[in-house]
Amino acid sequence: MAPPQPKAAAKPAAPVGGVQKAKLGKPRNYDLGNGVMRFSKSKMFHKKAKYKFIGKKHPKAPKATKPTVVVKPIGGEKNGGTRTVLLRRRTAFYPTQDKIKSKPHHKTFSKHVRRTRPSLTPGTVCILLAGRHAGKRVVLLAVLPSGLLLVTGPFAYNSCPLRRVPQRFVIGTSTKLDLGAFQLPAHLDDAYFKKNKKSAKRSVKRKEGEDIFVSKKAPYAPSEQRKADQKLVDAAVTAAVRARADRKLLRGYLRAAFGLRSSHFPHRLRF
Amino acid sequence: MPFERYVEPGRVALVADGKLKGKLVSIVDVIDQTRALVDGPGSGVPRQQIRLNQLHLTKFRLSYSFTAPTRVVRKAWSDAKLNEKWADSQWSKNLANKEKRAQMTDFDRFKLTSARVKRNRARTAVFKSMKAKAARSGAFGKKKVPKTPAKKVRTKKAPAAKPAKK
Repeated sequence: MAPPQPKAAAKPAAPVGGVQKAKLGKPRNYDLGNGVMRFSKSKMFHKKAKYKFIGKKHPKAPKATKPTVVVKPIGGEKNGGTRTVLLRRRTAFYPTQDKIKSKPHHKTFSKHVRRTRPSLTPGTVCILLAGRHAGKRVVLLAVLPSGLLLVTGPFAYNSCPLRRVPQRFVIGTSTKLDLGAFQLPAHLDDAYFKKNKKSAKRSVKRKEGEDIFVSKKAPYAPSEQRKADQKLVDAAVTAAVRARADRKLLRGYLRAAFGLRSSHFPHRLRF
Repeated sequence: MPFERYVEPGRVALVADGKLKGKLVSIVDVIDQTRALVDGPGSGVPRQQIRLNQLHLTKFRLSYSFTAPTRVVRKAWSDAKLNEKWADSQWSKNLANKEKRAQMTDFDRFKLTSARVKRNRARTAVFKSMKAKAARSGAFGKKKVPKTPAKKVRTKKAPAAKPAKK
């Protein structure tokens, strides 16, 4: 599921033959992907400044029309002497049905282009706004192909584990950690964080020989793999914190929760 | 109490609203009940009319006659050392502090809070020890006095260079 990039506009066609044609620009209008054009007909009317040409009359040079018929002399009596014959024969096939056109299909969510706020770069300290870790200050590690942000507390600082968060539920601060050459392990992708939901359907339960009337709730326990990954990632983040001159304050900052006091208006604050 | 600051030629005012917000101007002439002609050669404000409700009058006053040309105002402005005097005043310092506070980032706010916590802890410790001392000497009217002094809390001094602390 690689993030699709915006399509490159079609290049102007190469000059045909030896004749050098005037360079054509790119068409400004383009297909949005599902048969809808970016600019409407009336918008293009203004863009192309067609109003300039309304009512204007240019004498059209008469085009030299190629003859489609030829008059042939015909011998024999009572044949009229000549016949008009079509130069190109008429087509012998007439379709009874319209052609089936393939329409450009809708883009599914997984193929949408992700746009992340410019303030959210790896290493940014973010404030979580929702969820059970709301108010915590966490470190952004990467933006996953699904568009979700991958953050970590670090766990040792504020018990926020490796977690995916939508960017809407985050305030990016201007405080940034220099993660240096830190490379996120390749297996930490969207599939890694997906919950394995067991089917709650009765039929499935019955097949597995479970009691269909009892809904068991197993408490969440992180796997060994998760613990190891958490350690690995947090080591890089805490090293970045320790490398700074204000490490003590920064550590306290990440440990402390964000909150609004009286006469604190988030839309007026700088972060 | 009578008024002390009038809209009058030479009166220096701070523009409180509009495009010139935050700039210092000097009144040259009073046009009518609501408007004045102002000039600010020392603050980069061209001569223009301005509504009086956009002005906040300061205690400063330059001396020149009304409708004085810009060159006269400029001379009076520099002779009075108005820019230095204004920068020295509590009003402009308060404005500067307000600006500094608005420019603080989230991390800066956290640093300020932790510095204040440290200062308050130190202050409380000193206050408690003084109180205990006074109580022991009998000046405080408290009979039963613990022998041990009040528990000393962390008395590390807060870092001195904290902007806009208050």
